[in-house]
Amino acid sequence: MSDDIVLRTEDLTKHYGGVHALEGADFELKHGEHVAIMGDNGAGKSTFVRQITGVEQRTRGRIWLYGDEVNFAGPLDAREAGIETVFQTLALADDLDVPDNLFLGREMTKWNWLGPFRVLDYKGMRDATVAGLERTAVKIPNIRNTIRNMSGGQRQCVAIARTATFHSRLTIMDEPTAALGVQETAQVENIVRQLKEAGEPLILISHNMRQVMDLVDRIIVFRRGRIVANLDRDETDGQDVVAYITGAKTGVEYEGAA
Amino acid sequence: MADTSHGTGGLAFDKSKRAWPNEVNIFIALVLIVLIFEALGQLLPYMKGQSMLFDFNSGRDGTILNMARIKIIILQVSIIGIIALGVTQVIITGGIDLSSGSIVGATAMISMSFAQTELVNGNPNPKAIFGPWAMDLPILVPIAVGLGCGLIAGSINGLLIAYTRIPPFIATLGMMVSARGVAKWWSRGNPISFPTDEYAAISNGNLVDGLTFGVFSESWIVTQVFDGQNPAIYFLLLAVLFHFIMKYTVYGKHTYAIGSNEDAARMSGINVAWQKVMVYAVAGMLAGFAAILLTSRNVTAQAGMGFVYELDAIAMAVIGGVSLAGGRGSIIGTVLGAMIFGVIISGFTYLKLDAFYQEMVKGGIIVAAVVLDQWRQRRAALKS
Repeated sequence: MSDDIVLRTEDLTKHYGGVHALEGADFELKHGEHVAIMGDNGAGKSTFVRQITGVEQRTRGRIWLYGDEVNFAGPLDAREAGIETVFQTLALADDLDVPDNLFLGREMTKWNWLGPFRVLDYKGMRDATVAGLERTAVKIPNIRNTIRNMSGGQRQCVAIARTATFHSRLTIMDEPTAALGVQETAQVENIVRQLKEAGEPLILISHNMRQVMDLVDRIIVFRRGRIVANLDRDETDGQDVVAYITGAKTGVEYEGAA
Repeated sequence: MADTSHGTGGLAFDKSKRAWPNEVNIFIALVLIVLIFEALGQLLPYMKGQSMLFDFNSGRDGTILNMARIKIIILQVSIIGIIALGVTQVIITGGIDLSSGSIVGATAMISMSFAQTELVNGNPNPKAIFGPWAMDLPILVPIAVGLGCGLIAGSINGLLIAYTRIPPFIATLGMMVSARGVAKWWSRGNPISFPTDEYAAISNGNLVDGLTFGVFSESWIVTQVFDGQNPAIYFLLLAVLFHFIMKYTVYGKHTYAIGSNEDAARMSGINVAWQKVMVYAVAGMLAGFAAILLTSRNVTAQAGMGFVYELDAIAMAVIGGVSLAGGRGSIIGTVLGAMIFGVIISGFTYLKLDAFYQEMVKGGIIVAAVVLDQWRQRRAALKS
C-alpha cells in the first residue's frame, strides 16, 4: 500500500437491523486531495462518515489511515488519530469563547498534578487559536467573544478552524454550509480553498452542486447505501452527477452494485 | 496578531464596545439597594436620620463604617452562602440541587453526635447519642464525618443523575426527602447538644487571631473585623478558592461546557458523567461543611436544621446572575447575590420593619433579577 493514500476503506458495511445503510464501500483518498461525497438523503453518506469517525461501529470492513489499519472505539480515538470532523450540528459550547471551544476536551494545562483541578494555560491557547485562525484566514473580530454572540458563518468558521489549529491529518465536513447565507457560505468556501492550498486532505459532504464543482478534485456518488460513481471533477459536469445520484446512470466499475 | 485586540484576519476589536461583565450590574444593584435603605433611613421620621452602613458620630471602630452591621450582613448569609457556592456549580452544569438544605439537616445530626463532650458541668452528657467511646473525640473526627456525609449524599445525587439519566430535579428531590428522614431518624427527633469546646470554636472562635499567632491580635482588623466572624471568613475563603477553580481550571471549564452544550462537551471527549458526579459531590461536601458551621455556631443540632436553605441558596445564585439554563454565571456573582440577600435582611431590621415585608421584597427581587438578566441577554443578542 503506497504512502500517499490518506484513507482507504475496504468493504465498509453498516446494517441497522435489517436496513443496509452502507454496503461494501471501497474508498480511497490521496494526499492533498479534496473529495466530495454526494447522494440523495438516505444514500449512506453520513453513515459512511460515522463509520470512519468512530461514532458508530461498523458491521464489516476495514479502514486504513495513512497505511495503518485503525479500529476506533469512539470519536475521541478518531480525533486523536488526526481525523477532525465538522458536524452538521456544530458541537460548539455557546457560552464559551473561541479558544475554549477549540481546545474543549484537550485543554493546554499547567500543574497537571492537580488532576481535575489542573490550571488552564489561557495564554498558550489564545496564541495557538490566533495562529490557527490566521492560517485558515478566518476573520473574527474578537476571539474572546462567546459563540452565542457570533453569526452562523463565524460559528462554522470556528468549528472548521479546529482543523487548522490541531494539524489534523484528515478533515471531514458534513454539509458545512447548509444553514448559511450567501456571504457566510463564501467565507467557509474560502477556508476550504485555504486547506487545499495547504495540502490538507478533505472529505466534503454537500448537496450544493456548484460548491462541489468549485472546490473538490473528485466526486463520489452514493446511492442506496452503495458507491455508484467515482468521478473526476474535470471530466464531469453537474448533469452527469445528477444522473448518477438519481440512478439514471451507474459507473462502469460499479455495474451490478445498485 | 496583537494580543490586545483578540481579533484575527485583520479585524480589530473595539474594546469600548464590549459589554461590561454581568457582575458589574449585580454590584450596581447591590449599591442601589443600599442607597434605597439609606434614603429611607433619612426620610422616615421615626428613623431620626440614622444611617445603615455609616456611623459618623462615635467612630468607635476607628472607621466611619458601622462595622457591627456590616459584619452581621456578611455573617448571616455566610452559611447559606457556602451552600450557594456549590449550588452555583450545579446550576452552571444545567442542573439543580434541591437537597442541600436536607443534607445540612442530616449532616448536622450525624457530625454533632461525634462531637459531643462526656461531662457537662460534672454530669454525664444528657443528650449523649453514643456510648463513652464517642465522647471527646479529636476535632478532626466530627469534621471528617460531616464532610464525608455531605460527600456521600452529593455523590449519590451525582451518580443518579449521571448514570440513570433522571432529571436533577427528581434525583435531588428524592435526596431532599430522604436526607430529612435520616435527620429525624438519627436521634428519633431529639436534638443533639453539648459539643466539645474545640467543636464550638469552629464557628465561635477567632480564626484570624489563631492564624496570626497573636502578632496582630490587638490590631483593628482582628479585634473589629474578624472577631467572632469565622463562618464569614470560611465563606470568603471558599468563594476565592472556587472562583479560581471555576475560572482557571479544567474542572471549571468542563462544568461550563456541560451547561453550555452537553452534546458538544461529550463529543469533545469530556467525561460528562464523571464531571457531573464531581460537581454534585462538591456541592454536597459544601452543604456538609455548612452543617458543621451551623451546629458549631448553635452548639446544638436539630433535625429541622437547614430547612429551605436550598431555596435561599438557589435564590442567591439566581440573583447573582447564574442562569438556570446552565452555562452562565459565576462565583463572584453568587457572592454578590448573597450580599444583596444580607443587605435586604439587615435593611429591614434597621428600618424596624417586620420580617414578612422582608420575604415579600425578597421574592420580588428574585423575579426581578431574572427578568433583568433575560432582558439584558436579549439586548446583547440583538446587538451582535
